[in-house]
Amino acid sequence: MSRMLQNISWLEPWILMFQGKNVSTQLANIFKSLAIPMAGILAFVFIWQGAANSIDTSLGKFPGPTQVYQQSFSLIDEHKQERLKEVAFYKRQDVRNAKKLAKNPDAKFKVRPYTGKPTFLDQIVTSLVTVMAGFIVASIIAIPVGIMIGLNAGLYSALNPLIQLFKPISPLAWLPLVTMVVSALYVSKDPMFAKSFVTSLITVSLCCLWPTMLNTAVGVSAITQDMQNVSKVLRLNFFTHVTKIVLPSSIPMMFTGLRLSLGIAWMVLIAAEMLAQNPGLGKFVWDEFQNGSSNSLGRIMVAVLVIGVIGFILDRIMLMLQRKVSWDKNAILK
Amino acid sequence: MAKTHLEISDVSIEFPTPSGPFKALDAVDLKISEGEFVSLIGHSGCGKSTVLNIVAGLYQATTGGVLLDGREVNTPGPERAVVFQNHSLLPWLSAYENVELAVKQVFKGQKSKAEMKEWIEYNLSLVHMDHAMDKRPEEISGGMKQRVGIARALAMEPKVLLMDEPFGALDALTRAHLQDSLMGIQNDLKNTVIMITHDVDEAVLLSDRIVMMTNGPAATVGEILKIELERPRNRLDLADDSKYNHYRHEVLRFLYEKQSKVQDIDQHRSKKKAESEVAEATKATA
Repeated sequence: MSRMLQNISWLEPWILMFQGKNVSTQLANIFKSLAIPMAGILAFVFIWQGAANSIDTSLGKFPGPTQVYQQSFSLIDEHKQERLKEVAFYKRQDVRNAKKLAKNPDAKFKVRPYTGKPTFLDQIVTSLVTVMAGFIVASIIAIPVGIMIGLNAGLYSALNPLIQLFKPISPLAWLPLVTMVVSALYVSKDPMFAKSFVTSLITVSLCCLWPTMLNTAVGVSAITQDMQNVSKVLRLNFFTHVTKIVLPSSIPMMFTGLRLSLGIAWMVLIAAEMLAQNPGLGKFVWDEFQNGSSNSLGRIMVAVLVIGVIGFILDRIMLMLQRKVSWDKNAILK
Repeated sequence: MAKTHLEISDVSIEFPTPSGPFKALDAVDLKISEGEFVSLIGHSGCGKSTVLNIVAGLYQATTGGVLLDGREVNTPGPERAVVFQNHSLLPWLSAYENVELAVKQVFKGQKSKAEMKEWIEYNLSLVHMDHAMDKRPEEISGGMKQRVGIARALAMEPKVLLMDEPFGALDALTRAHLQDSLMGIQNDLKNTVIMITHDVDEAVLLSDRIVMMTNGPAATVGEILKIELERPRNRLDLADDSKYNHYRHEVLRFLYEKQSKVQDIDQHRSKKKAESEVAEATKATA
């Protein structure tokens, strides 16, 4: 556990200090790893406050740090209120149903789901679920294809022009097509997933396939001649060759691709939600913009910062995973 | 002479280049009997490694072929295990796992799990690496990596052990140490070995025969020197041994007189000087 935590560089000196190793050095390290970044953030907050005060929009002043601070609490409050309402709703329903049941033991009734407006926190969860689903679907396609085209130069030549063609396409260009295709093909009486979810998922997957695919292919084709000779001398069959030699040696490149892909997936998702009105953080931002109250800009700014923080956390999680599975412990991963 | 175990018969190889085929080897002939230790020596670029790669099956000879126990071999296989120059251990596996990969592949269905484990540990202890079995290649020194590489090759129980400059990348002390280890193992196991080297002392110390190769292109076997020194050999005793020094001398003479590749320094200097004078003169006239 502590070894895993040490992968988070700014935690390392804290852990070492609590283990009682060179307390003074650790304090100096903590200063370096914490105080200096803090100074940068503080400077940014000051500049932001100054700039915000001098920008007047039709919805009032541009939100500064204070408004954002207030709005973030009001968003959390709203979420709590909404949950209370939900609990109350189900309670009322239960009481009503119990009464019906008391009158007539055979009475049939429906449990109606609560249909309140999703709160900011709900939208965060929706976005996270969608991005992970899209990213996983993309990885499941991209890694095997990447390995195949990395192993086979002919296949690579065949697919490379297509990959290069599809790679730079913006999610916004795909979105209308995906929406129409999903509406046409994803028809079922009792759909497991909402259409909007499927649309977002496919759009995200389409855009974040490529970095993983290309990096995996490069990683696979960069296996040294020596490794290939070892495999040949041992007469490894195709499956063993892939699992014992190809996969491990291409893992560093594969993870580089996966991290890029996840970053793209997150950016694409917000855009897709905004344009297609699919539930999630993008929709939250768009709704607030349309709402146009004096608080809207502040609330949007909260969303913007949350989007950034989540993107950062997702990348850190990938980095930790990468460090865990990477055999090259000397490689500097940033 | 004992029965031929491995026969390299009239092997030539051409590599295609943009400016036409390049003939690296021309009619290489060599017969090796079982348990023999043969070194291939020659200047760099003379095609020593190419010979080894053809025997290993990693390259295909253009004409001629390799016979092992009377059968032609032209694809790679574990009965001709290779110790590569830069160890070629899989960096994501520990020393034990690197050997295990080979053992599992070769003895699948022949040895039980426990037997395999014992066999892997036995081979690692042969090269004195049993204390660091669970270390990954990056955690051990270059000499130790090469030991594991040798253990991996030995664990395949090869009919021929092919070594491509196995100690080339090591410092002199480590190299001497590993050479002694190899001699010890060779005494016990009596493997048939083909070793490539460019170290004259190493060749004389370890080999039963030294095959000296001419310079490329179209390199071939120049001379073969039989080393008739008593085994076990001791490098300290041999240092003053007249027979040993005679063999060394023979190899050196072949490399530096008959197949001299290095231009004489004085000659080289005077040529350079003449060239620069000509260049000056042309500049002056221009």
